[in-house]
Amino acid sequence: MVTLLYFARLRETFGLSSEQASLPAAVVNVRSLTEWLRQRGGAWREELAQDRPVRVAVNQDMADPDTTVRDGDEVAFFPPVTGG
Amino acid sequence: MTVRVQPEDFDLGSEILELRRGDTGIGAVASFVGLVRDLNHGATVAEMALEHYPGMTEKALAEIEEEAKQRWNIINTLVIHRVGPLKPTDQIVLVAVSSAHRGDAFAACEFIMDYLKTRAPFWKKEQTEAGAHWVDARESDETAARRWNHQPDSTGPA
Repeated sequence: MVTLLYFARLRETFGLSSEQASLPAAVVNVRSLTEWLRQRGGAWREELAQDRPVRVAVNQDMADPDTTVRDGDEVAFFPPVTGG
Repeated sequence: MTVRVQPEDFDLGSEILELRRGDTGIGAVASFVGLVRDLNHGATVAEMALEHYPGMTEKALAEIEEEAKQRWNIINTLVIHRVGPLKPTDQIVLVAVSSAHRGDAFAACEFIMDYLKTRAPFWKKEQTEAGAHWVDARESDETAARRWNHQPDSTGPA
């Protein structure tokens, strides 16, 4: 199981701030996790499309597509930050 | 090195007094306060809401403070960022840096602010007469943060 978190516009569009998910064996990193979520279709396919500027953090560190995702990880998806 | 993420407002004077209390080696304090403007891209902002990622936001801010400490000869740092609903003229963010000499404090304060804008997980949602919308990240903020890539000294960006 991994914990998936969604923030800001993604949280609103998905209507979801967090979920626990069992990942198939093929999901090993951020790239394959994002692809797996995209297969949910609808808003997921749209918001997580490759040309959208989605940021991903694994265990609260900024990640890139090759960052490994393991059982027990916390993975967050969010738009580019706009604080300050 | 202090980080606070809070809905409450802050008082610049008392925060700086606390930052420098009892340290006779401090010769300079530089601070920056960010405020909510009433106009963004031509639309009147009635209210905004700040969202963050509890845990990661504090960690990211602490890492930015630590990086400033590696780069400049600074004594202490304070970052306060507000979350929740805010109105025009409200204070959003405070960055304060103490050091022996002003150059380090000025540069580190600007560096922390530039990195905060592009690396700390906060998101603004504005309420305008045209409705509510999430604020888009600005390329100029990325450009400001990138200036520091090759400036590991006290002189600040060129």
